[in-house]
Amino acid sequence: MMQNKSTEIFVGMFVAAGLAALFMLAMKVSNLGDFTDETGYQVTAEFENIGGLKVRSAVTMAGVRVGRVASINLHPVTYNAEVTINMYPQFDNLPLDTSASIYTAGLLGEQYIGLVAGAEEEFLQDGDVIDLTQPALVLEQVIGQFLYSKAEGDE
Amino acid sequence: MINLIRSLGRWGLGTFERQGRAHLFLFNMLLGIPGLFLRFSLVVQQLFSVGVLSILIILISGLFVGMVLGLQGYNTLVDFGAEESLGVLVSLSLVRELGPVVSALLFAGRAGSALTAEIGLMKSTEQLSGMEMMAVDPIRRIIAPRFLAGIIAMPLLAAIFSAVGILGGFLVGHGLLGVDDGAFWSQMQAKTDLYDDILNGVIKSVVFGFVVTWIALFEGHDATPTSEGVGRATTRTVVHSAFAILGLDFVLTALMFGDE
Repeated sequence: MMQNKSTEIFVGMFVAAGLAALFMLAMKVSNLGDFTDETGYQVTAEFENIGGLKVRSAVTMAGVRVGRVASINLHPVTYNAEVTINMYPQFDNLPLDTSASIYTAGLLGEQYIGLVAGAEEEFLQDGDVIDLTQPALVLEQVIGQFLYSKAEGDE
Repeated sequence: MINLIRSLGRWGLGTFERQGRAHLFLFNMLLGIPGLFLRFSLVVQQLFSVGVLSILIILISGLFVGMVLGLQGYNTLVDFGAEESLGVLVSLSLVRELGPVVSALLFAGRAGSALTAEIGLMKSTEQLSGMEMMAVDPIRRIIAPRFLAGIIAMPLLAAIFSAVGILGGFLVGHGLLGVDDGAFWSQMQAKTDLYDDILNGVIKSVVFGFVVTWIALFEGHDATPTSEGVGRATTRTVVHSAFAILGLDFVLTALMFGDE
């Protein structure tokens, strides 16, 4: 009986340790923390080119994360990329004429959307569209333009 | 010539027969599982010998695998000035691959071989037939609890392996090599996805636990009831489990991460 008891205790400790490890993986290692406040409002923005932007990429304002990319679609008429952004609910006071650009974190890092506040008095609501957008910088295009202007300057 | 064909045919038929027996065995085991919830103490007993006794090897191997990942990853990443990504490298490689696969290999070596030897010895000392004589179904009484315990223990062991490995990577990265701890954890959290990475890792380890325990129990149950036969069955368990784990890992990885 005694043997049985200690076996049960050890098994209990083993299962608890395994679950604790899973819990640690979920909370400490993964991005579970980001899911908690996802009941914000959604705005959309159209970009000519989104480069390497992905669903769940960060949306920041002045470097502070204010939302995440919820979905990316191709607009059927304009053939632009239509990006739906999930804004965190506490950032509900962004001006209506906020502009969005796609930046790269570091030289080779991930791409994210940077928002810059405008001056309008009204605030962005659920379902609004950000009109002022700036597409992602595609390195080949930049180099191409540079070479082109260089060649022009030489003549 | 005729003999060659005959032995080839015998070999082929024997292989199919073994396959068929293995699957019938699996079917019987699965039938035995529902009854176990009434007698869960049988499973707890087996969880002890399969899970608790494997913890030490999992803890130590996990720690060292994580520490080696930290060292190796740092040496490569530092050339690109990206040593802050060490956390991502350690966590993704552990959670997606090394955690489930290495702990399953260790599990096959530590627990699978023990299961085969135990069942094989029970068979060769005719304890299993003795039970049948007493109208006790050995598959339900002896084998099904071990099977369920293996399936439960494996994902827990893999999670412990990954968690300890990440801690080991952190110890080496932060303590020894001086990677910033905030960047280590925050980049890891930004790039590791709960569903894509961690849940898929858990699914992998459940599949491995299922297959390894199945192979181990079947080899034990199917062993020639001599000391030599049990020894050979134990070897086969480890070898076949390793093949099954690595082959299945490729298939699962292709299914889970192939379309990215």
